[in-house]
Amino acid sequence: MTDRIADIWGQRTPHARGTSWPVRLDQHLEEGVAESDVQRWVQSACVLCSNGCACDIAVKDGRMVGVRGRTDDVVNHGRLGPKGLYGSWQWNGRDRLTRPLIRENGELVETDWDTAMDRIVQRSRQLLDEVGSSSHGFYTSGQLFLEEYYTLGVIGKAGLGTPHMDGNTRLCTATAAAALKESFGSDGQPGSYTDIDSCDALFLFGHNMAETQTVLWMRVLDRLHGPDRPRIVAVDPRRTKVADAAVESGGVHLAPLPGTNLALMNGLVNQLITQGWVDEEYVSAHTLGFEELARTVEAYTPEKVSEICRVSPDDLRRAAEIFGTSERVLSTVLQGFYQSHQATAASCQVNNLHLLRGLLGRPGCGVLQMNGQPTAQNTRECGADGDLPGFRNWQNQNHIDQLAELWNVDRLVIPHWAPPTHAMQIWRYVEQGSIDFLWISATNPAASMPELPRIRNILGREDLFVVVQDGFPTETTEFADVVLPAAMWGEKQGTFTNADRTVHLSEQAVEPPGAARSDLDIFLDYARRMDLRDRDGEPLVKWHDPESAFEAWKECTRGRLCDYTGLSYDKLRGGSGVPWPCNAENPDGSDRLYSDGVFPTAPEVCESYGHDLLTGGATPPTNYQAERPDGRAFLKTAEYTPAPDAPSDEYPYICTTGRTVYHFHTRTKTGRGRQLRKAAPEPWVELSPGDAEALGVDEGDLVRVESRRGAMEAPARIGRGRDGTVFLPFHYGYWDTGAPDRQPTAANELTQTEWDPVSKQPLFKVSAVRVTKLAPGQRCAPAPTTTASAPHDPATVPATRGDQGAETREDPGVADPPGQVPSPEHTPGVPQPVLPHAARRS
Amino acid sequence: MHLPVYVGLLDSSLRSLADAFRQVSDGHGEEPDVEYLCQVLARQVDEQLEALTPVVRRYGENREQEPERLRATGLESTRSGGVGLLRDLQDLYMLGSFVDMTWTVVGQAAQGLRDRELLQLVDACEQDTTRQLQWLQTRIKQAAPQALIAAK
Repeated sequence: MTDRIADIWGQRTPHARGTSWPVRLDQHLEEGVAESDVQRWVQSACVLCSNGCACDIAVKDGRMVGVRGRTDDVVNHGRLGPKGLYGSWQWNGRDRLTRPLIRENGELVETDWDTAMDRIVQRSRQLLDEVGSSSHGFYTSGQLFLEEYYTLGVIGKAGLGTPHMDGNTRLCTATAAAALKESFGSDGQPGSYTDIDSCDALFLFGHNMAETQTVLWMRVLDRLHGPDRPRIVAVDPRRTKVADAAVESGGVHLAPLPGTNLALMNGLVNQLITQGWVDEEYVSAHTLGFEELARTVEAYTPEKVSEICRVSPDDLRRAAEIFGTSERVLSTVLQGFYQSHQATAASCQVNNLHLLRGLLGRPGCGVLQMNGQPTAQNTRECGADGDLPGFRNWQNQNHIDQLAELWNVDRLVIPHWAPPTHAMQIWRYVEQGSIDFLWISATNPAASMPELPRIRNILGREDLFVVVQDGFPTETTEFADVVLPAAMWGEKQGTFTNADRTVHLSEQAVEPPGAARSDLDIFLDYARRMDLRDRDGEPLVKWHDPESAFEAWKECTRGRLCDYTGLSYDKLRGGSGVPWPCNAENPDGSDRLYSDGVFPTAPEVCESYGHDLLTGGATPPTNYQAERPDGRAFLKTAEYTPAPDAPSDEYPYICTTGRTVYHFHTRTKTGRGRQLRKAAPEPWVELSPGDAEALGVDEGDLVRVESRRGAMEAPARIGRGRDGTVFLPFHYGYWDTGAPDRQPTAANELTQTEWDPVSKQPLFKVSAVRVTKLAPGQRCAPAPTTTASAPHDPATVPATRGDQGAETREDPGVADPPGQVPSPEHTPGVPQPVLPHAARRS
Repeated sequence: MHLPVYVGLLDSSLRSLADAFRQVSDGHGEEPDVEYLCQVLARQVDEQLEALTPVVRRYGENREQEPERLRATGLESTRSGGVGLLRDLQDLYMLGSFVDMTWTVVGQAAQGLRDRELLQLVDACEQDTTRQLQWLQTRIKQAAPQALIAAK
């Protein structure tokens, strides 16, 4: 038995390069429940990070009482992380919303579904008549199922015709999608988790994998404990476990000043080019834009980069050498890049490193532009985040016609006259009053959006009608005119797709509490009550349950890169999840994409014609066509510019925000799991030893962190970060503690309303702040000691551990590893090149 | 030779454009992307002005005889609200287009004079101007429907 609070990654199962990752079955049951007490095991996959670990839910007497990993699944080979073990079902039955609520005389009161839905429909109809569909905004999630997003997407795009629909995926994964579109023409993860099993070097760019995707990190650790281990390079301003591993493996830890990633990346690409670590044949046959790339990065010598980023020039050279000379390199990218300044350009430079060396589409050679949330990929592909369903291009009239035909609606209804409205702009329109109807589903913007004082003002605007659909009362439901109680994971059926394109089915294990309904049923009910019709007067939404919604979605993906037509609920039952594209020719799915170096950049299939990475200006379609991309990838970057909200005398520190391993988002689930809550009960402020000394702050002292926009207060952890940088965990809002006017604890009180010009992802990771000591501490800061928030001086702080109820069974080697998924030689949905090979190499 | 007339025109219209980017940045602080990018682009134009200095030195710039009507007029003040933003961005677009064509005219003269240095400069700067115009067009297209249909 293992305490997986103390031992986050569990026991090792080392293996050699190129061999299969051994199985380890992880299982955790509620205290007092024995395995023989479990009446049913119900198939699902975990939704507490983007990794997508397959699991079975234990059910006893109509309650969820435990969880175990599925050994035959390609994603996790039986393992689960601490959030899955201690937070996936423990919230079950606590504090739930069980009846619809409506606001009467300023108070939220219980009502029935008819009354609540009629009130929504009445307001919706009135605004459509008076103003039109531009008055409606939808802000959704990275937590719902594919079927729910697609239904919402069709309602918004073919029913109402509003361009204002986006998800909180804008805050977490928008840059992944944008970087893939800019480089390869379309969203779609090139690499696979299996690349970890055979790489020689692993680069993690702004990705604290050890905390954000613990099971993926177990996979890395098992390589690091085996023979011929890979070298790790970590780019992170904090001394994370990943950074420790980088140093121990003979790699490099680069800790650039927050906001300078692009300068660092331009420097790495500069080294690759000047040192001659470029596969010229691959570059000339499979890419466009080398000359301009080389010109742009020319000025970024190690010395210049060192000045901007404050990293040693030798470390930069060493990192470039590891990338340039290792046989097989895998890179992963996450929030350290996505939520920072010049996010898309910096993330595209990761793609460029691989394109320059031709390290794509082969075992151990890949890029993982990661996601933050479990179902973010579905928000992106189903049309719930603004992009059109099936990775279609809003500027391509043929793509609009395909959708108009599929949905049997007038093409002019489908919003495609301008780029879909991104979340930050939706909130601006709400602020200005041109959106008066805002429907928020499965997300908690009153804790997770940047600059919370502003968000609270917006949500409190008098004329605004707010619908909030959630499983729990949150900071956001406080502002609602109508609250709809939603069923959650285990209480409904649906599918979702993880960061390496693997699709899982999650079955319903138990009944939802009270009158709560699935999000799908709520959206279907709205469509019915609004009487949304197609061109022949038939109901627009022709499905009625998860499986029929999935079948409808399959038709939408036919022939596209994200082809689901080879999948079905039956196929996803038992056995492993399956990565798309999966169609008749590739019935077992596709492990990695682009084996032949042909990308979906042909104008007739690409999802976007691309943007200027400095400004976000859209490339005109004719310019794009004139480049004749013909399946070649784009080598794009931009010049580095200093970040907005730069430190000053008044606000001398740079503040970054992030996660801890024990919580997810605003803790609505993980904060209700006893082990997780105990491991990281309250917020903290992480200071470097040097900064703490200068400020006269000791471990546990109460400090105030303040930007030009707002402030938060919490005890100080004297950590291991770099001087000049302050770290705040973003999980801690007010649903369990009180109100922001008592003691502000949310990191987002002080973050800024500013975003990347291409992906429109907000800049959570660069806020200029000042730090003041408020009072001496009574005890140590409540920050975990097991991870990046470990204290500088371990002797001063008791170690984080679980209690008796944390015992988890781990059984290594109980089964053979699942078989390999094939990688197609040519990627489905991608046209073969038209130009002869010789012409492509001009 | 009348090239100095156009070198002067280029110099003065670049100054107007840089000022206008700064004005729009200052006047639309509630649109953070506009505020920040207009600052970045103003600096980009400043760099063009700096790069133009040797050309001005070589050919001189002739402003005195330049009829007033040929000047590019800058922004007087910025406007407010959704439609106001739209109009300000459109004014920037007009000014940027004027600069774009002025680079083209100077570039034609550089061709005729076989002035490699000036040709190189025109080539690089025209690309930047194109990027500025593309961003303005993208942002205007995005803002237009909401400002014209739904804004209060």
